[in-house]
Amino acid sequence: MALAVRQFDAVVVGAGGAGLRAALQLAEAGLRVAVLTKVFPTRSHTVAAQGGIGAALGNMGTDSWQWHMYDTVKGSDWLGDQDAIEYMCREAPKVVIELEHFGMPFDRNEDGTVYQRPFGGHMQNMGAGPAVQRSCCAADRTGHAMLHTLYQRNVRARTQFFVEWMALDLVRDASGQVLGVTALEMETGEVVLFHARATLFATGGAGRIFAASTNAFINTGDGLGMAARAGIPLEDMEFYQFHPTGVYGAGVLITEGVRGEGGYLLNKNGERFMERYAPSAKDLASRDVVSRAMATEIKEGRGAGPNADYLLLKLDHLGPEVIDKRLPGIREIAKKFANVDPVREPIPVVPTVHYQMGGIPTNYHGEVVVPGRQGPNTVVPGFYAAGECACASVHGANRLGTNSLTDLVVFGKAAGDSVIRFLRENPGHKPLPADAAERSAARLARLDGQRGGESVHVLGNEIRRTMQAHCGVFRFPDLLAEGVQMIRALSDRVARSEIQDKSKVFNTARVEALELDNLIEVARATMVSAHARKESRGAHDRADCHDRPGFPNGRDDQNWLKHTLWYKEGDRLEYKPVNLKPLTAETIPPKARAY
Amino acid sequence: MAVTEADLRRLRWRCRRGLLENDLLLERFLVRHAATLDEGRLAALNALLERGDNELWDLLSGRVECDDARLAPVVAMIRDA
Repeated sequence: MALAVRQFDAVVVGAGGAGLRAALQLAEAGLRVAVLTKVFPTRSHTVAAQGGIGAALGNMGTDSWQWHMYDTVKGSDWLGDQDAIEYMCREAPKVVIELEHFGMPFDRNEDGTVYQRPFGGHMQNMGAGPAVQRSCCAADRTGHAMLHTLYQRNVRARTQFFVEWMALDLVRDASGQVLGVTALEMETGEVVLFHARATLFATGGAGRIFAASTNAFINTGDGLGMAARAGIPLEDMEFYQFHPTGVYGAGVLITEGVRGEGGYLLNKNGERFMERYAPSAKDLASRDVVSRAMATEIKEGRGAGPNADYLLLKLDHLGPEVIDKRLPGIREIAKKFANVDPVREPIPVVPTVHYQMGGIPTNYHGEVVVPGRQGPNTVVPGFYAAGECACASVHGANRLGTNSLTDLVVFGKAAGDSVIRFLRENPGHKPLPADAAERSAARLARLDGQRGGESVHVLGNEIRRTMQAHCGVFRFPDLLAEGVQMIRALSDRVARSEIQDKSKVFNTARVEALELDNLIEVARATMVSAHARKESRGAHDRADCHDRPGFPNGRDDQNWLKHTLWYKEGDRLEYKPVNLKPLTAETIPPKARAY
Repeated sequence: MAVTEADLRRLRWRCRRGLLENDLLLERFLVRHAATLDEGRLAALNALLERGDNELWDLLSGRVECDDARLAPVVAMIRDA
């Protein structure tokens, strides 16, 4: 396929918090940067982040990066790499102050310093407590403020944006070096090869592989799909964070405040089932306990609805006054997304995914690393990743609240700095291999010529249903084993997806078919990795691995204190050790995780 | 000038947002009304979609009233869809 080639020093794919922070670093260094993005930068999913950005500034009382580090390691259930976690927690205050200097409108204290709010899991004194206020926020719109601030800085630095472009495939040469990406311009349907000396993925998570997801429709794991097709393994893909109460069929969250105010969960028999699972805390038990109970009720056939696949959140007994006054917005959400008025009827809810801990394996410099000649963390020259699509790994098996924004900015910047160093040492563009665009050309030709295939919509829904039923918040070995077979069969069907509309200009059907190619890779990685990991750790909670002596909460450090690496080719799994050695601090040794 | 297929596809893509809440409401709206949109409505929608996601959700959820007479009719259509 003869196609247009454009040359840049660096190409960044994705324009959320991580992509914008990385691009800014590169543009301010005077490099020619192209940022490719499916949607306008300020419409990235970073906008949904409300909680704030965690950094031990100590503006509200004593705090230290060591305490932040401890909370992050513990939160990760010891699967996080302690070198990366130390790096993030030490850098966090610097990047927050930098954002402040960029003009980000943080909430402030009377003395003018940045205000910090409390957030679950953040403690003083190496986890001993009391709680510490560490989350820097801009009202409940921190992600929004961050995106706007970083976008403005990028415009000032003359970053070149390619908006409504979808990256298709990674370009690698015979040595494995990454030389850019192919990308589709939606407006024209043209494919262009972006020939870059360095390529940085900041494409976000793939929460859309689940039927119940808080993620926006754009979160289809494009970077993960591209990496997997190019032979790069995906790390720790079995770990996703769930929230117990998302609206069934929609994914929109119902705040935990509803249960705090006295709302409770019912199964199809009208039984308040949490009394059986947590006799004293009942519906106020911790998130994982509530989610696990809900999944068990559904598995055992006591879910409500025609498919017995959701539970009911009852709050009508609170009365309209309490609901309207103490739970503003809940009635609107229930009416709009569940078609019920909670003043009269319960809300159908289900555990809902919202964050992906795993991703493209990187070190704490944002360089992509794979098993190779220099051991399990051999750098892939020219390839970088940051943000939710990457796995540094700072979140391990479970992310600490407010660390998602910290991750974006710290590793977006670090990856940018690594690119700058690499470009200094490697002047000029390496020649493109003759088959540079072949994979993309073949995918597009297959799609255009496909006859007798299945609809993208139907296949997408089947992937999401399968992931939800077989690889949800609480995982059963029999369902996982079945799930692996089902998702492999779906993978074969996705290879024959068909679109009716073959037009060139703004063909969204084609874009969605290309996204489906990415979703299925992530779904397979997730199911296969989850099936193989025979322990419970953090967000990976298995019914056959529970709390017993020597195995706190079902965790098996003897056999499973290691990172999963999934390769697309043959669904092969490898493992690599967790780095328990921080850069300068003392190792935080594994112990039982209790709050 | 009539609303073309390409106009509608472009609109459909711009209804992909950063917030799931907006995705869902706009998707519902498109299912009901995409086929019968006229130029005026299309222009108003495109202008509305220029707004940020939080602002859009405030408008579509009814938390904030629409201050722009040109956009108010499409905001109402999305709310009721």
